[in-house]
Amino acid sequence: MATAAKKTSAKSKADAKGQGGLVAPKPADFTKEQELAAYRDMLLIRRFEEKAGQLYGMGFIGGFCHLYIGQEAVVTGMKMALIEGDQMITAYRDHGHMLAMEMTPRGVMAELTGRRGGYSKGKGGSMHMFSKEKNFYGGHGIVGAQVSLGTGLAFANRYRENKNVSLTYFGDGAANQGQVYESFNMASLWKLPVIYIIENNRYAMGTSVTRSSAETDFSHRGASFKIPGIQVDGMDVRAVKSASDLATDWCRSGNGPIILEMQTYRYRGHSMSDPAKYRSKEEVQKMRSEHDPIEQVKARVLDKKWASEDDLKAIDKEVRDIVADAAEFAQTDPEPDVSELWTDIVL
Amino acid sequence: MPIEILMPALSPTMEEGNVSKWLKNEGDKIVAGDVIAEIETDKATMEVEAVDEGILAKILIAAGTEGVKVNTPIAVLAVDGEDVDKAGEGIGEEPPAKFGSDAPKAEAPKAEEKPADKPAAAPVAAAPKAEIAADPDIPAGTEMVSTTVREALRDAMAEEMRRDENVFVMGEEVAEYQGAYKITQGLLQEFGARRVVDTPITEHGFAGVGVGAAMAGLRPIVEFMTFNFAMQAIDQIINSAAKTLYMSGGQMGAPIVFRGPNGAAARVAAQHSQDYAAWYSHIPGLKVVQPYTAADAKGLLKAAIRDPNPVIFLENEILYGHSFDVPKLDDFVLPIGKARIHKKGKDVTIVSWGIGMTYVVKAEAELAGLGIDAEIIDLRTIRPMDLDTVIASVKKTNRLVVVEEGYPQSSVGDFIANQVSQRAFDFLDAPVITIAGKDVPMPYAANLEKLALPNVGEVVEAVKAVTYR
Repeated sequence: MATAAKKTSAKSKADAKGQGGLVAPKPADFTKEQELAAYRDMLLIRRFEEKAGQLYGMGFIGGFCHLYIGQEAVVTGMKMALIEGDQMITAYRDHGHMLAMEMTPRGVMAELTGRRGGYSKGKGGSMHMFSKEKNFYGGHGIVGAQVSLGTGLAFANRYRENKNVSLTYFGDGAANQGQVYESFNMASLWKLPVIYIIENNRYAMGTSVTRSSAETDFSHRGASFKIPGIQVDGMDVRAVKSASDLATDWCRSGNGPIILEMQTYRYRGHSMSDPAKYRSKEEVQKMRSEHDPIEQVKARVLDKKWASEDDLKAIDKEVRDIVADAAEFAQTDPEPDVSELWTDIVL
Repeated sequence: MPIEILMPALSPTMEEGNVSKWLKNEGDKIVAGDVIAEIETDKATMEVEAVDEGILAKILIAAGTEGVKVNTPIAVLAVDGEDVDKAGEGIGEEPPAKFGSDAPKAEAPKAEEKPADKPAAAPVAAAPKAEIAADPDIPAGTEMVSTTVREALRDAMAEEMRRDENVFVMGEEVAEYQGAYKITQGLLQEFGARRVVDTPITEHGFAGVGVGAAMAGLRPIVEFMTFNFAMQAIDQIINSAAKTLYMSGGQMGAPIVFRGPNGAAARVAAQHSQDYAAWYSHIPGLKVVQPYTAADAKGLLKAAIRDPNPVIFLENEILYGHSFDVPKLDDFVLPIGKARIHKKGKDVTIVSWGIGMTYVVKAEAELAGLGIDAEIIDLRTIRPMDLDTVIASVKKTNRLVVVEEGYPQSSVGDFIANQVSQRAFDFLDAPVITIAGKDVPMPYAANLEKLALPNVGEVVEAVKAVTYR
């Protein structure tokens, strides 16, 4: 590994100007099909999360539950550049990521309610969910731990000499964890194919970025490791898609890691129990009314007459039905058999 | 006065080494800083520099001499016009005391640069060769080869890497340096840099990278230079490696081995001397192995590498140089979770594992002299624990002593005592005695360090107590 790294690192593209001389690409030009697919996929996440919030209030979901509402464009745009075998890993705000990886809404929702039909048989819950089949590696409850793990997924790709890429997500809060930089160093040293996607939603729980981070431009966080980075409008799914194209190409071409800072926003509190007193209602409202990722697509689609209001309502109906079915399943599916307490501890 | 040049100690646990070459001849003028000889340990060949100026009056230990004890005079330096011919007389007949000697010591050799807080290798050359009882896992008539624990561990890794392309080893100094404790010696040459990966000093990060690679289906062997440094990585070991199988409902786990020296070495004090057996044994989802013999080290490390679960493999720096018989078999794999009856007996059961066994083995000879026939069980695996073997033995002997180096509170011995009291209370003729390290951070001073560790006398006294002698 070290030998190979030496060969390719002789002239890194990252050391030219600042963050690799990379410039954030223009938002992608979407076809009608891409716009409608993005609309549908983002809407599925939004409606799913709204339902999860509802079920939490009803007591069907317990513990911690972190909703992704507002950030849907990030996972939706990123997955548009993936190929078979690419892996995804994130922390605990993970429901949207799983839906983006085409894990079933039923399986995810039933895990949230702790039922046997959940992806982890009800033993993981909201924060700890996985799908080997869909290459989703969790779902991790410890802030920052997934960054080293995601780097390890990339290590495996490099070891196997395949073309796959590890999409490793973390937040602006996790970006201050030490192991993130330990991982950056190794990823750059060994030219591992990993995209570090920093979802900057401006608040690490209740602490704003300016109160927690000495360097608030997260695309620069790889500077000491020669990892290039760009800032991306994470509320515009087209901008995310073009950044994903650039980053996946970068990794698949053997250039090593890259950082994408997704500038995004969560509408809800950090978790269901967070009253979000650390920001104003106006701030949230402004973001919702001016930058909502779903409304942006809707406006473009209607403007271009690629779909009518009725067409979009039909999509909404389809999505609501899927979510309602998932919620029904998640409420009626039995709890895990008590014997499951003692399974899956060691093989 | 002529100056004696002594055999230098080149690592915390070195007791002897070989004088491989003299670079100066008798009669040569020596200036401080001159390299005068090369000393070979089982880790590396290192240069010895002169500290004083003078004439090399006499070489006391010829080049090629093996097994020269630390502090043995190896040459004599005549200073300030002393009579070179007379300088060597009467010297070298009586080695100076190991500690507190006024004799000038030879200059510490110029070791390769390494982080100050990470100790050099532990070359223990000819440690005592232990006698062990026949192992039912080894077919009768198998040829046995005397092997150090160090070689056994290396052989285990090499064999498994030949067998499975997914197995790789990563850690600090495992490749080009050939292993800080020489356990990975030769692996880089055979398997290349892709599979023998030097990491930066970044335990938390590379432990996580290893777990991620394991989740993706590779079979990492992560070497910690010592388990003391694994404290930096404890979150990845516990929260990621141990729990993922459960949290994923059995979909994916982490087939990974974390291995390295654990426990006290010699004179490396508080932050480098801790036995983590009890810590890791606490965690569901982990397997914890702590071998004593070279055969167990080999057979159990091979098993650990093949195991689909995360395995904590606790080695010991002092044991690395100890030699034991290892069966000459093409594929010698031992079962994890099975204790080995080291010696059968009827009067008392003594349970230990890892380096704890060294105290027990020495105590056994004394006990035999007292007419006490002890049954000695080497636990080998701490988790899952072979309590059945322990309980069966206690039911026979009715007495139990447990010996470990770890701290006393919430120790492995405490758990064993608890299980025995629940499952064999009526068979006990005496309270269980657990011998552990003292409840103090490891001190540096040699006398205090000795006091902080268990000792043979404590084992003998405990056995006498439970047998009412």
